[in-house]
Amino acid sequence: MADDQLSRVFAALADPTRRDMVARLAVCDATVGELAEPYDVSVQAVSKHIKVLTDAGLVSQRRDAQRRPCHLEAEVFDLMTKWIERYRQQAQERYERLDAVLAEMRDDEQPTHPRHLQQGAAS
Amino acid sequence: MNATSNRYQVSIEADPTLPIIRMTRDFDATPTQLMRAHTDPALFARWVGPNGMETKILDWDATTGGRWRYVAGRDGEEYGFHGCFHEVGEDRIVQTFTFDGQPDGVALETLRFEDLGDGRTRLHAQSLVDSFEGRDQWLASGMETGVDEGYAKLDALVAEL
Repeated sequence: MADDQLSRVFAALADPTRRDMVARLAVCDATVGELAEPYDVSVQAVSKHIKVLTDAGLVSQRRDAQRRPCHLEAEVFDLMTKWIERYRQQAQERYERLDAVLAEMRDDEQPTHPRHLQQGAAS
Repeated sequence: MNATSNRYQVSIEADPTLPIIRMTRDFDATPTQLMRAHTDPALFARWVGPNGMETKILDWDATTGGRWRYVAGRDGEEYGFHGCFHEVGEDRIVQTFTFDGQPDGVALETLRFEDLGDGRTRLHAQSLVDSFEGRDQWLASGMETGVDEGYAKLDALVAEL
């Protein structure tokens, strides 16, 4: 996924109404009219939200006789997850290097403070 | 006794409503040791850079009101970073972070070292970026790191939707 698409996905999900719509589409496909029902907003406003979600690649609309149900493109979430996992993996590598540095610090400190204290406590 | 180096995994969370990245990670170290590894420039340079890159500290004053600057380099390529230490406290560091390649962008980072007892400490790192675009570029900026292991915290976001 290109960086700008990732940005569009995150921006699309930054809106609570759109997150709620995505949650409902995760259960089953729904038309714009059906999506508009629980909200105190016009069908036009819902259409705008759907357009943002569609532009981000999160939602598609197919023709099904007279209806045009909206469909959630779940694999886009998988792509986002991969980006985040990659970032996480880098952080993990960084902190494993920090683990090694901390282990050495403990070794350096031991001859002076803790071991001395431990011996003192043990004897 | 299985691989101790992999015992502690980073958990990461991208807030869906704020341009924030949060990470937590446990360490076998005291808060004081962890603080030293973050504020002593010689120690910091040894672990911060990406694998295979060398970190050169150019400027470093890890005190409240101080500043920092370093470059990470490999084969003539260099990436510079700089910022200010807003606060260096007993168990937390608040600092700004700018990548020289995006000089208009700045993140506010808060690091907190939570003492878990028994010589263990939990690091809470939060980065507040100045826009969603900035946050997402940041997340997307990962260089080639082959990853196929289990999916991370976005599951939580998706579950919350």
